[in-house]
Amino acid sequence: MFLINCPYCGERDQSEFSCGGEAHIVRPKQPTELSDDQWAEYLFMRKNIKGVQFERWNHAHGCRKWFNMVRDTSNDKIHAVYKMGEKPPVE
Amino acid sequence: MKNKYSIFSLIKNAFSQHENWKQAWGDPEPKREYEAIIIGGGGHGLATAYYLAKKHNMRNIAVLEKGWIGGGNTGRNTTIIRSNYLWDASAGLYDHALKIWENLSQELNYNIMFSQRGVMNLAHNLQDVRDLKRRTHANRLNGIDAVWLNTDQVKEFCPIINTSPDIRYPVLGGTLQRRAGTARHDAVAWGYARGADEMGVDIIQNCEVKGIKRNGDKVEGVETSKGFIKTKKIGVVAAGHSSVIANMAGIKLPLESKPLQALVSEPVKPIIDTVVMSNAVHAYVSQSDKGELVIGAGTDAYVSYTQRGSHDVVEGTLKAILELYPIFSRMKMLRQWGGIVDICPDASPIISKTNIKGLYFNCGWGTGGFKATPGSGDLFAHTIANDEPHKLNAAFNLNRFVSGDLVDEHGAAAVAH
Repeated sequence: MFLINCPYCGERDQSEFSCGGEAHIVRPKQPTELSDDQWAEYLFMRKNIKGVQFERWNHAHGCRKWFNMVRDTSNDKIHAVYKMGEKPPVE
Repeated sequence: MKNKYSIFSLIKNAFSQHENWKQAWGDPEPKREYEAIIIGGGGHGLATAYYLAKKHNMRNIAVLEKGWIGGGNTGRNTTIIRSNYLWDASAGLYDHALKIWENLSQELNYNIMFSQRGVMNLAHNLQDVRDLKRRTHANRLNGIDAVWLNTDQVKEFCPIINTSPDIRYPVLGGTLQRRAGTARHDAVAWGYARGADEMGVDIIQNCEVKGIKRNGDKVEGVETSKGFIKTKKIGVVAAGHSSVIANMAGIKLPLESKPLQALVSEPVKPIIDTVVMSNAVHAYVSQSDKGELVIGAGTDAYVSYTQRGSHDVVEGTLKAILELYPIFSRMKMLRQWGGIVDICPDASPIISKTNIKGLYFNCGWGTGGFKATPGSGDLFAHTIANDEPHKLNAAFNLNRFVSGDLVDEHGAAAVAH
C-alpha cells in the first residue's frame, strides 16, 4: 500500500489506481507477420523484475487517465511518474 | 527408518523430558558437485527431492534454500487442499496430489495432520449457480467427489453461515467436496525434509543462488552464497522468485509476482468444522486446530516482492466475512501476512523442461500451490529424472504459451483470484 502522485490529480491512495503491468511493450506493427514465438513473447512473457520496474498505471477511480511509473518492486518505493508518450527517465 | 516415530519412541523420550530427540535432518555444507540441484526448500522443492531419491534413485542431490526450509509460501498459505478443478488436465493433476495426501502421514512417518473436513464453495448469483453445477458434473466425470447443495443444505452443513435472502450477496447454494480439507503446512515441509535427508539428500539452508552458469544451451552449475556448485540438472521451485532465477539463466517466464495475504484471528472454541470458500465475495475461512480462524484474502493487482500487501484487500475480505458470518463480528485478528505468488496468465502451473538442457521449472502455482505439494513434487521429480514430463503434467508445459493450448482455470477454478 502506498501513495501515487497522479500526474493529473496529485497524490492519491494506491487503492484508487489499477496497474496495467509492464510498460513499453510495443504492440507489433505487423501482427500478420508474427511467428507463434513472437506472439508468446508479446502476449505472455514478462520481465517480472525484483527491483526497479517500468509499469503502466490507470487512475481508475479518479481522472481515468493512463500514465507510466518507475517503481522498485522490492520495497514499493516510487522513483518517477511520467505521462504516456514521454521518454522514460534514465536511472 | 533410523529414528522411526511411534508411540514407543514417544514414551521412551518422555522419560528424558523430550530433550534427547535426534535432529530430524542435517545441516551439511555443499559438496562441489551434485547429480541434480533443487533451488527452493519449500514444500514443492523438498517433495521433489524426496521423490527423486525415493522413486528415481537419485541420491546425490541437494536442495538449496536461501532462508530456512518452509519459510516462504509453505509457511504462509491457508493450508487448504482440494481437487475440484474444472478441466481434465487440472483434475488429473490436483487429484493425483489429493490421493498422495491421503496416505502421506503414514508414508513419511510424520503426522502432517491431514484432515478431510470438506471444502464448500458458495454460489451467490445465478451465474455462480450455473458455473458451480457445471463444475460438479465435470468433477464427477473425472472421478472426483463433488455434490451440489441447496441453500438449506448449506445451512445444515455449516450452521453459522448467514443464509438470509436479504444480504447483499445471498447464498444460493454451494458445492461440497468431502475428500478435501486441510493439513499442517509446516509439518509437510518438515516431513519431506526428514524423509529426503534420510535417503542422503543434502538440505542446505541459508544458501542463496546468485547465478546460473550456462555453457551454450546447457547448464553447468549454480553460483551461490556458499560458492560454485557443479551440476547437470537444475530444478527451480522458487515460487514468487521464479522469474528472478529465470533472469539469471537468461530466459523469460510468463509470470507476474504479487503479494497474497492471509490472516488469523485470536483462538476460540470450535465453531467451524469445514472450509468455506466464496468466489464472488472473495472470502474463505477455516479453523485451525489451535482454534484460530484462518482467513484468506486476495492478491494485490500489481507486481510486488514485498511480503505484506495492501490494507484495502484485507478490508474487503473482512467485510465479506462479516456479512456471511455475523457471529464473527467481535473477533480480533491477531496476525496478517503476505506471501509472493507467481501467477500465470491462465492461472495454471508450469511443470516443465525449458529450451536450456538440464534446466527445469516448477512454478506458476499462483494462489493455490499448497494443495498440490505432493503431486507437484512427484511429477516434477519424474520430469527431471526422465527429461520427459509424466502424462499428468504434460499439459502444464512452458510451450503452451506459444502453441496457445492453455489450461484456463481463471474463472473455472473454485476461487477466482
